[in-house]
Amino acid sequence: MHKIEAVIQPSKLDAVKDALLEVGIEGMTILEARGHGRQKGHTEFYRGREYTVDLLPKIKLEMVVTDELVEKAIQAILSSARTGKIGDGKIFVSKIDEAIRIRNDERGSTAL
Amino acid sequence: MRSSFLGIFLALALFCCGTSFAQSAPSPSTADQIARLQAQVAQAQSSADNGWMLVSAALVLMMTGPGLALFYGGLVRRKNVLSVMMQSFAMMAIITIMWAIVNYSLAFDAGTTFIGGLHHLFLKGVGLNPDPDYAATLPLQTFMVYQLMFAIITPALITGAFAERMKFSGMAAFLILWSIVVYSPMAHMVWGKGGLLNASLGGRFPCLDFAGGTVVHVTSGVSALVTAIYLGKRIGYPKEAMMPHSVVLSFIGACLLWVGWFGFNAGSALAAGTLATSAFVNTHFAAAAAALSWAAAEWIRNGKPSALGAISGSVAGLVAITPAAGFVSPMSAIIIGLIAGIFCYFMVIKVKSWFGYDDSLDAFGVHGAGGTLGAILTGVFATSAINPIFGKTASGAPIPTGGADGNWHQVLNQFIGVAIAWAISIVGTLILLKLVDLTIGLRVTPEQEIEGLDLTQHGEEGYDHAS
Repeated sequence: MHKIEAVIQPSKLDAVKDALLEVGIEGMTILEARGHGRQKGHTEFYRGREYTVDLLPKIKLEMVVTDELVEKAIQAILSSARTGKIGDGKIFVSKIDEAIRIRNDERGSTAL
Repeated sequence: MRSSFLGIFLALALFCCGTSFAQSAPSPSTADQIARLQAQVAQAQSSADNGWMLVSAALVLMMTGPGLALFYGGLVRRKNVLSVMMQSFAMMAIITIMWAIVNYSLAFDAGTTFIGGLHHLFLKGVGLNPDPDYAATLPLQTFMVYQLMFAIITPALITGAFAERMKFSGMAAFLILWSIVVYSPMAHMVWGKGGLLNASLGGRFPCLDFAGGTVVHVTSGVSALVTAIYLGKRIGYPKEAMMPHSVVLSFIGACLLWVGWFGFNAGSALAAGTLATSAFVNTHFAAAAAALSWAAAEWIRNGKPSALGAISGSVAGLVAITPAAGFVSPMSAIIIGLIAGIFCYFMVIKVKSWFGYDDSLDAFGVHGAGGTLGAILTGVFATSAINPIFGKTASGAPIPTGGADGNWHQVLNQFIGVAIAWAISIVGTLILLKLVDLTIGLRVTPEQEIEGLDLTQHGEEGYDHAS
């Protein structure tokens, strides 16, 4: 099992969700997040004063998937979240030791 | 037989009619009818004037209540939103009571050339009969309550300069005293009977100020600057980002100000006549022109016309047209607006950073600078074609009003009016600030300032983060 965390542009959420459903990913958690990568935000002007806004609104998706679905999920996110412009986000993948369904004690990939 | 019955019936009918005519009053003479008609017309005019002025008074109050409170409220950080709104609201309550007790008398009772007398303390003698010196067709109470709304918004404007760092108690004490020491004398000089600058009631230096360019905007703007310098900068200014927490609130507030300003300027005609129309049109045109010129300046400089820039520009235009509203043509109003937008933008963007004062919400940059500019331009553009305030010559020709008519001397009078307003604002404000600072105290502690004035001064928060 692997956990996939993807930070994406808020405007791409629907497209990414649809793409993930298409490859068979059913469970996911979506968080509203703020952050920045290398571009360090953007500038805003209020009455002539320049302000650097370095925490931009983002969406963070989290999902735990079986090993065979990891690459498919990554490809689905890449193809649906990409605009080609700076600030498109990142994907992080990590190993998961155990998953347990609270309702009936199921463990492992059957609990996903 | 039938014809004789008919004859008797007709005779009876005629008799009855004749009797009833004989019983009614004798027909009135033409002179009586004319007199009665004239009285009805006068009454109708008076009712129209009174209705318009009551609506105008309400519009001016709307400028302070939702208008200024939202405009300023959106410009501060979220931890101070209520404190700023509360300062405007407090003026609505506090100045109203002060006005009834003493301030109206000091402003509008015939006293000396500098300040009114004390005959109207506790509104004594301020009833429902008109005072022809001020407004012949209005109950004096209408005039009184209309002027009260000006007295409310003027100190409320100052709060923009010391936003986010002044104690509520110190603010209240300072502005109560300010309304007595600065506002009332200035209002008396410009609008009161026998006032030094009164153009229509025999002042020594006739200064044209239709709706309060010097009385409202110069006094508040200059006092705002003095207060901002006296108090010092907010902690972290100008290094720390102090972005407006909601331009949306400011946007709504500015639009309410624009609408309310029709009561402020067109109402200053003190009648529902053609002069009100003129002031109404000028007000609107100047605001639009200034919104465009500020936004255009920003567009050129930053590459984008911001909403905050456009609304700030409109307020600058409204300020600048205030003294001129009832004296200039619509095209002059557009010119005044265009100049005001650029000038105030320059004052807010450049001059403030050159001198380094922390006028938090640009009360001086917009009201002090815009009011001063507008007062001078009033002397330039005023024309007797719009308002023959100085009357007519023996031959019946209107006496030139301003530079547009060739009376450039009026510009000098305007300078005198502005200079007096600056002087009384600087001296009066400094003395009062020192007085309140030594007794009640003016500034919150650094800890309170960092925590925010909503919690530390009022024990509440504008936004509930938990729910």
